[in-house]
Amino acid sequence: MTTHIDLGTVLRQTLSANLYSNLVTRPTGAAVRTQIELQLHDTDPSLTIIDFSHVSMIDFSCADEVIAKLLLRLATDREAYFVFRGLTDDHWDSVEAVLERHGLALVVERESGVELVGVLDDLERRAFQAIKRRGRTEVWDLARDLGESEYLTRGAIERMWRRRLIMRVGDTYMPVGELQ
Amino acid sequence: MTTVINIPQSLDENSFEQVLEQVVPLPPDARMLLDARHTRWASPYGLTALLALGQSRDAARPTLAVPDADDTTSYWARSNFFYYAGEFFDLKGVVPRRSQGDSAVLLEVTPIAKSEDVHGAVDRIQEKTSQIIGKELGLDPKAIVGFAMTLSEVCQNILEHAGRGGWVMVQTYNWTRRLGRRVVVIAVCDAGVGFRKSLESAGHMTDRWDDAAALEAAVIRSVSRFRDPGRGQGLAGVRKYIGRWDGKLSVRSGTARIAIVPSWDDDLPLQEGLTQFPGAQIQVTIPERIAR
Repeated sequence: MTTHIDLGTVLRQTLSANLYSNLVTRPTGAAVRTQIELQLHDTDPSLTIIDFSHVSMIDFSCADEVIAKLLLRLATDREAYFVFRGLTDDHWDSVEAVLERHGLALVVERESGVELVGVLDDLERRAFQAIKRRGRTEVWDLARDLGESEYLTRGAIERMWRRRLIMRVGDTYMPVGELQ
Repeated sequence: MTTVINIPQSLDENSFEQVLEQVVPLPPDARMLLDARHTRWASPYGLTALLALGQSRDAARPTLAVPDADDTTSYWARSNFFYYAGEFFDLKGVVPRRSQGDSAVLLEVTPIAKSEDVHGAVDRIQEKTSQIIGKELGLDPKAIVGFAMTLSEVCQNILEHAGRGGWVMVQTYNWTRRLGRRVVVIAVCDAGVGFRKSLESAGHMTDRWDDAAALEAAVIRSVSRFRDPGRGQGLAGVRKYIGRWDGKLSVRSGTARIAIVPSWDDDLPLQEGLTQFPGAQIQVTIPERIAR
């Protein structure tokens, strides 16, 4: 089940004066995150598109509340996947800062498809590109593509799945968003 | 008896110390006349710090003799200073009516007491900064977003740590004597609890603990009074922004002042033993970009 959440709309619903298009201040971030959590489906796995297209700017405090806390709370406790849409250079400084601060990574949607940004090691980055090329795939295929042992590859893939950066169905893995 | 406090002819971050040196030794209920009749110019820091001073003297309402020069009072009126000064001072002299805004004032004196105030300030600054930052200061358009973020984070310092409201003002001017370039300046001042007490409330004291240590912890090491590991990123982001655009950050709190000093300035990185003043006073200065 895919849920689409337009952050611009959530922001305007959250603030008493519905004129603003900037995600700023920690209280606003906390209120927006609460609204997002209320809109999420209870069933696992779930996929949620968080759409920044109508948000002009997000500051560090708000990025910490909206992005970091959302990922830290939900992605680990539940099988909840997020794809971030509409992130631009105007949002990136604050988003990058909170990802680095918490050692997080996230899935962003670009014209070329989904990509991972944030804190990842080299094997994880290469593994993700290999999964994108193959689509749905198993660990031993990936290990062969990457020229790494199955043990190391499985470790990287498991870590990425636990961070909800890739999806798992049975013994196969695929990019987040494939099930849309 | 009323004590006369002389306001310097040019009121800025440095000369405001002269005001504090005169005011702070007085008992809280002492009657004061702040004499600004000969003041010709005030920076955003000067105006917002004056309001914080008025806010801190609530035991006896001081009098403020407004500048004699029409162009100065007119500018202070356009900056909204008198509108808020009337809350804390008995104003003496000719106070002009507030007229149309000044194009150099990107954000008039604006109270910050709640989250919505920060939203309002950020939205207004975004409307006005694109032309100033791009054309007048020669900065990359990317600097506009960072500038608004910086404004947001320094304003939030009031919400998170002051325990009472404060003020922000943003202005651009030609800093001829010091720099020979245009600058854009954000000043945020409050008379709240200050950094040391704020961090003490969370037990963040180190062996050597005073205002300077508290400023080093908050501004340089991004320590926050909250245990949440996501806290403390705001000022770190401000530091990153001013580093990218060759700007300057100074933060005064209690008896100390810390500054991130760029190559174009000769300010001291840390000053201790200043006159005690409550709250926090922050100034961010971004200079015009010179083509290399």
